[in-house]
Amino acid sequence: MRTIITVMGIDRTGIIAKVSDCLYRHGVNIMDINQTIMQDIFTMVMLVDLKGANDSSDEILKDLEKIGKEIGVDIRMQNEEIFNSMHRI
Amino acid sequence: MINTREITETIKMIDDQHLDVRTITMGISLLDCIDSDANKACQKIYDKITGYAKDLVKTGEEISRQYGIPIINKRISVTPISLIAGASDAKDYVCFAKTLNKAAIETGVNFIGGFSALVHKGFAKSDEILINSIPEALATTERVCSSVGVATTKAGINMDAVKLMGETVVKTAQLTKDSDSLGCAKLVIFANAVEDNPFMAGAFHGVGEGDAVINVGVSGPGVVKSALEKVKGCDFGTVAETIKKTAFKITRMGQLVAQEASRRLNVPFGIVDLSLAPTPEIGDSVAYILEEMGLEKCGTHGTTAALALLNDAVKKGGVMASSYVGGLSGAFIPVSEDAGMIAAAGCGALTLDKLEAMTCVCSVGLDMIAIPGDTPASTISAIIADEMAIGMINQKTTAVRVVPVIGKGVGETVEFGGLLGYAPIMPVHGYSSQEFVDRGGRIPAPIHSLKN
Repeated sequence: MRTIITVMGIDRTGIIAKVSDCLYRHGVNIMDINQTIMQDIFTMVMLVDLKGANDSSDEILKDLEKIGKEIGVDIRMQNEEIFNSMHRI
Repeated sequence: MINTREITETIKMIDDQHLDVRTITMGISLLDCIDSDANKACQKIYDKITGYAKDLVKTGEEISRQYGIPIINKRISVTPISLIAGASDAKDYVCFAKTLNKAAIETGVNFIGGFSALVHKGFAKSDEILINSIPEALATTERVCSSVGVATTKAGINMDAVKLMGETVVKTAQLTKDSDSLGCAKLVIFANAVEDNPFMAGAFHGVGEGDAVINVGVSGPGVVKSALEKVKGCDFGTVAETIKKTAFKITRMGQLVAQEASRRLNVPFGIVDLSLAPTPEIGDSVAYILEEMGLEKCGTHGTTAALALLNDAVKKGGVMASSYVGGLSGAFIPVSEDAGMIAAAGCGALTLDKLEAMTCVCSVGLDMIAIPGDTPASTISAIIADEMAIGMINQKTTAVRVVPVIGKGVGETVEFGGLLGYAPIMPVHGYSSQEFVDRGGRIPAPIHSLKN
C-alpha cells in the first residue's frame, strides 16, 4: 500500500533522522522524499510502501504521532489514493 | 508523484476548512423480516441489522485513519417500517422503534432511519398505525429517525396526511418538551422522498433497493467558501467555475470512501450524495458561502439567486466525480445546524418566508427551524402544504423539519446540542389556515406529471 507521510512544523535538527529511523524500525521502504519550506513552515513529503512493513499501519501511525509530539511537528500518514482521486482525473 | 502543493491543499481542506465525509450509511432491507407475530418480526429485524452492520463503525474508523479523512457519522437506514409491521398483529409500532434503537446501540451508529411511511396517495392501515406511533416512538428512543412522504409530483399531495402530520409534530413536541421538543428534530415530512438518501433524519431504504447498500454523504461548505475567498469581485461565471472545481474534489473523496467501505464491508456501493451539509461550527456554513458571494447577510435580497447558483454548480462539479450520484445532492439549509443561518435568523435578516423561497432552489426544504411552542397544528400543516406544493410542482424533493418548542416563544433560543446545533425561535404568520387544512382530500398531481 503506497502511503504519503507529511511532516509539517517549525524546522529543527533531527526531523528527517527521527522519522526515517522510525520507518526503518518498522520495515517501511521510503520510495521518494521531498522537502521544502512553505510560508515559513518546514514541509516534508514522503512516499512510502507499507507492503513489506513488520507492523500494521495503525501501529506505525501511532509511533509517528508520538515522535511528532516529541519534536513539535505534525505528522500524518494517508493512503496515496486520497490525493490521486482529488487531484487527478 | 503527487506534488507538495496538492498534498498541503488537501490537508488544509481537512484541518482548516472542515472537509469531511459526513456519513457512511448502510441501507438494509427488512422485507424478509415480515412476520405476523410482532415479537418475532422485531427479533428478525434486530438480528438482521446487527448482523449486517456489525463492522460498519469499525470499518468507517479504519478508513478514516488510513486515509486521514474524518468520517463523522456511521448510520443505518431500513425499509419503511409501515411496510414491515403491516402484516403483524401489533396495535402500535413503538416496539419496532425500540428494536431499531436497540440495534443502533448494539452496532454503535448514532442514528437509524426508516421509522417511516409513504402515504402520498393514501393510507394503508399500517401507515396510520405507524404515524400515530411516531410521537411516542421518538420520545422513548434516542437514535431512531422518522420520515413520512405525503406528496409526490406523480400523485399530488395527500392533504389528510398533511393535516395528520401537523398534529403529529405538535404531539411529538409535547411528549419531548423536557428536552426542548427535540423529538421533532428526528421527524421529516417529505415530498418526492428519495429511496437512497444517506442523510438523517430522512433516510430510509427504498423498496427498489437491494438487500443492503452503502451510500455516502459528503460535505464541505468551508472548502467552497475558502475557494470563493480567492475570487472576490470576479463575475458569476468565475464563481460557478470555482464551486464546480471544488465540488469535484470533495466528491472524488466521497466516491473513494464509498468504494472502499463497500469493498471492505462486502456490501454493494449505492450512491454518493453530493450535498453541502453544514454544521454549527464556525467555518462550516452554507450561509457564509452565500455571504461570500456579496450578500451582507444571508436572507437579504439576492439570497435565492446565490443559492440557485451554488446548488447547481455543486451538482455539475460533483456529477463528474462519481459513477453514481443520488440522494438529495445539493446544498442543505438547516437553520440550527449552520452558524451563518443562526446569525442571520437571530438578527432578523432571514425569515421563514425567505427560507421557503430558498427551498425552491436548494436540495431539500424547511429544515431544523424552531418555531413558537404555541403554534397551532393547523398552521404547521399549512407550512407543510406550502412546502409540499413547491416539491410537487418543481419535481424536486422538499421536506419540512420544524420544531415547535413547547414553552418558548419568539426571541428565545433553543439548544439541541451536537450536530443539531441551536436556533433562535422564528415567528410564523398569525393568521389562521384552519379551514384550509380541514378540507382534507388530495390536491391533484400537476399537469406536467402526465409524461407517459
